[in-house]
Parts: sequence; structure tokens; C-alpha cells
Amino acid sequence: MYREKQIETMPRPLLEALQLERLNRTVQRASRSAYYGRQIRAHGDAVQTLKTLADLRKLPFTTKQDLRKAYPYGFLTVDRDEVVRMHCSSGTTGQATVVFHTAADIRCWAELIARCMYMTGARRSDVFQNMTGYGMFTGGLGFHYGAELLGAMTLPAGSGSSKRQIRFMQDFSTTLIHIIPSYALYLLTVFEETGLDPRTDLQLKTAYLGAEPHTEHTRRRVEAAYGVKAYNSYGLSEMFGPGVAFECPEQDGMHIWEDAFLVEVVHPDTLEPVPDGDEGELVLTSLTREAMPLIRYRTRDLTRIVPGRCPCGRTHRRIDRIKGRTDDMFIVKGVNVFPMQIEAVLMGIAEVGSNYRILLDSESEMDVMTVEVEVRSEFFRGDVKGLNALKKRLTDALRGELLFTPRVSLVEPGTIPKAEGKAVRVTDRRA
Amino acid sequence: MIAYHLSVFAQNRPGRLEHLTKILADAGINVRAFKVSDLGEYGLIKALVDDPDAASRALDAAGMTVSKKPIVAIDVEDRPGGLHRVFRMLTDRQINVEDAYGFAVKDRAVLVVEVADTHAAMALFENSGLRLLTEKEIYAL
Repeated sequence: MYREKQIETMPRPLLEALQLERLNRTVQRASRSAYYGRQIRAHGDAVQTLKTLADLRKLPFTTKQDLRKAYPYGFLTVDRDEVVRMHCSSGTTGQATVVFHTAADIRCWAELIARCMYMTGARRSDVFQNMTGYGMFTGGLGFHYGAELLGAMTLPAGSGSSKRQIRFMQDFSTTLIHIIPSYALYLLTVFEETGLDPRTDLQLKTAYLGAEPHTEHTRRRVEAAYGVKAYNSYGLSEMFGPGVAFECPEQDGMHIWEDAFLVEVVHPDTLEPVPDGDEGELVLTSLTREAMPLIRYRTRDLTRIVPGRCPCGRTHRRIDRIKGRTDDMFIVKGVNVFPMQIEAVLMGIAEVGSNYRILLDSESEMDVMTVEVEVRSEFFRGDVKGLNALKKRLTDALRGELLFTPRVSLVEPGTIPKAEGKAVRVTDRRA
Repeated sequence: MIAYHLSVFAQNRPGRLEHLTKILADAGINVRAFKVSDLGEYGLIKALVDDPDAASRALDAAGMTVSKKPIVAIDVEDRPGGLHRVFRMLTDRQINVEDAYGFAVKDRAVLVVEVADTHAAMALFENSGLRLLTEKEIYAL
């Protein structure tokens, strides 16, 4: 039931002592980076050795903007020769963030995932089909290495090719899957087409759902339709990737691994800590990351600590499913998108005005993002060829930036309401 | 002199044609021919009017997306085979028709054609046996 019993059930005082020791080591290590070096030297003795966990508050927050500005190596604490992996978010318009890993980091990450999977009952004898994208997306390789470490036979299926995914499940008796919730729901329509019932025709036991926030209702739907237990998974590439927090069989909140992360929940405006149980922004400090430790990193994810002890016996606290964001980022098909990325692309194309709108819909359970742009007279040639060419140009440009293909809808000027002040660019019409 | 008709971009939903024609009416524009092309989410409206410059200004001012497209208007024999004769000639001269609409009015028939290169096309009509309407004739149809 526990892969690492001592750590998972460590009494709080011991766990907190471990955290303090690791926090100090992390601060020391972080000071070797260009970015933190400057900050920590500026704060002087006050942060050389923190005496209590509360002293963490003497250190400033780190934001995604800081990561972007320090791109690419501002946060690195080791020689580049020590770096064995790099993961980068999408974005070519100054929005990219990069995260580095040493061999020890990769190992730590895999251990966290293996711990999560073991907690849900996964063992060496299982067959794991990893159905999320590989490549830069940390969900893919993250789970892959963790599952291999656990010893399960791992199928690096990636996403898409639904008929082939189903055939793998049949041929190899897949028992565990890692999949994004919207794809899981979409796949059900393909099952219907093939006439197969995943509950009776397959050997699936467990589904790990991550990369997009989803409701309890969606989780129960996946469980009922697939005949599995579906577990919520939380992570972010700045803190390895998946493996930061995970549900145990109680399925009442996700245990966040406090031997690896120092957890704070703060009010998004005042940045003061909120009482346990109150909603706020999750702020994380890495305790084991080597290549690129992060201190008081603002995740922009809204959640709360689930108060009380979990019956599973683990002493690591739980966070609730993510409620939303404190910035304007949204997620489509598991991919993080910032409206600024879209705006930057559109501004580079003369024919479209600065008036655009992003519509998010759900069609056959899949996320669809439509970018509406107004066609301006000045550039309107008055023929179909011109309109089709414009549409194609927009679609290609957006695909290059976002790494998935959005729909583009050309509309008449004046169709998109001009917002006063800060434009509300995104309308989310998904259920 | 080259004549023009208007190409207007409009959303495929009720009310757009009413809106467009109201603007033209308010500007005192008289429409000579009118055509709608269905492109799915949106459509292209081609309008032959008596004063394309004024019409274009009025539509622009009202926020519509409009473009003036050069056209040639061919005088077509008003009897069976008249239209065929025109297209045979266009093929002979290798003139590609980008868009077209035709109509019979009063004592004649007219085919309005958009081509890639209007100037070149007009030259090709000389000694072809076909007559092009003048700018003045077109707007007075």
C-alpha cells in the first residue's frame, strides 16, 4: 500500500524537520543560479540559514514572468554538462519557460510517480498505457519513467490514433492508463463505434487523469463508463511535472508530497497565507530539485488544503481539485494557452484588426478553440481565394505557436464587442 | 474605362442582406444586379450599382467590409446560343472567369465577369465579335 512507508506516514514533526533541512539546502543551492544568487545576496544573512519553516516568508515569491525573463539559463544551478533533460512550454513569442533536470532530478521525479502509482495499487505485473502526448509535455515522459521504475510494462502510446489505442488495450491487456479527461470522454464515442464495452471487453483497472482541471462528475463518468477507478493527478513542469500531488484510494483530495515540496496557500491579491481549508493560490517551494530549484513559486492555481487526517494513514496533507486560475491562462486539450500568445500572433498579421475573440466549446466531448477575427475593409480583396488564404495563414500561424490546430472564424467588423479597459478575450462555453 | 461592382463580406445569418440594402437605400444607391455566394460561415455579396464609389463609401462608413472589384460587362445576343457564344470566345482567348452573373434586361442581355487581369481581358475583346458595355452603359442598366 505504501511504496515508501517511512516517508509517506512520517509524523508531522519529523516531516517538518526534514522539510526545514531540505529548505536550507535548497536555498543554498538556489543561490548558485544567476537569478536567486542576486536576490539571496541582497537579502543577506537573514536567509543564510532559516531557523523555522515560517522563515520561508522572508524570501520573495517567484513568478512565471521571472522565469520568462531569465530564459534560458537564469535559474540553472549546475553546469550545463550536468543537465540531462530539458522541458519547454510552447510559445515562441517571449512566452516560453524552460525547466532543466539533472540525472538525480529525473530519478526523484520517477520515484514520485512510482510512489503515486503504487499508492493506487499499481504493481510490476500491471500493463500501463501512457495515452498523453510525449515530447515537451512533461505528462508523457514523466509518467513513462515512473511507470518503468515501478516495473510495469509501459506502452508509450502517446495521444490520438484512437482505434490503435483500443487495439493495444485488447492485445496487451492494458490495466492502467494515463489520459487527459476530455480525451477519455471522447474515446468512449470510438468504443461505441467499434461495438466494444471497456467494462467487459478489456482488463482496465485504473485511469490517471491529469493536465486539465475536471469536475467530480467527469471523474465518476469515466469510472462508470470504463469500469475503472480514476485518480486525479496534479503537477506542473516547474516542479518536475506530474507527481506533485495525487489521490489515494480514498479519492478525497490529492496528497501533496511534502518531503519534496513546501506548500503554501496564499490570498492571490495580498499574498498572505490563508488558514488551512480556505481557498487561495498554491505556492510551492521545491525541496529536492537540483538543476533548477524554485522558491515560493506562484502556480496561479486556485485550491485549498483539505483539512483533517486522511484515513489512508499518510501524513502528507491533501489539496482539493484545482478550481481555477488567478491569471488568464486556460487549457485546451491539456495544453496551456495564454491569450497573449494568440494576440502576439494576430498582431503580426496585418489583415486582422486588434479585435479578436477566443471561444472555447466542447464538441463530442473534445475541446474546441475557435479564434474569431474581424476582416477589415482595407485588406479585403473581395474574393474567396483571398478569404481562404487569410484563414489558412491565420490557422498556420496559430498552430505554429500553440502546437495544436485551432479553428479560425472570419467575422464582420463590429461583431466582437469592444471591451472597455481590459479586454475580456476568452469566452468559455464548455460545460 | 474600367467599371466596378462591389464585393461585400457578410456573416451567414439573418439580417445581413437587410442591413446591407438599407445602407444602400439610405445613400440613394440604385442596385442594377445582385448576387449572393454561399461560403459556409460567411458569404460574399456582389452588387452592381449605379454609383460604386458612393456605395463603397457608404458601406465602409457603416462598418461593412467592402471591396470594389473591376469587371467587364459583355453585351450578349438575346437569343438561344447567345451566352454560349460568349463563353466560346472566352475559351478561345484563354480568359479565365473568376466570377460571373448574367441577366436579361430591357432589349439586351448582359454577362458581368470578374477576371484575373481586367485590362488584359478588355484588350482581348477587340476583334472578337463581342462588344463590351461602356462604364456609363453599365451604371445606367
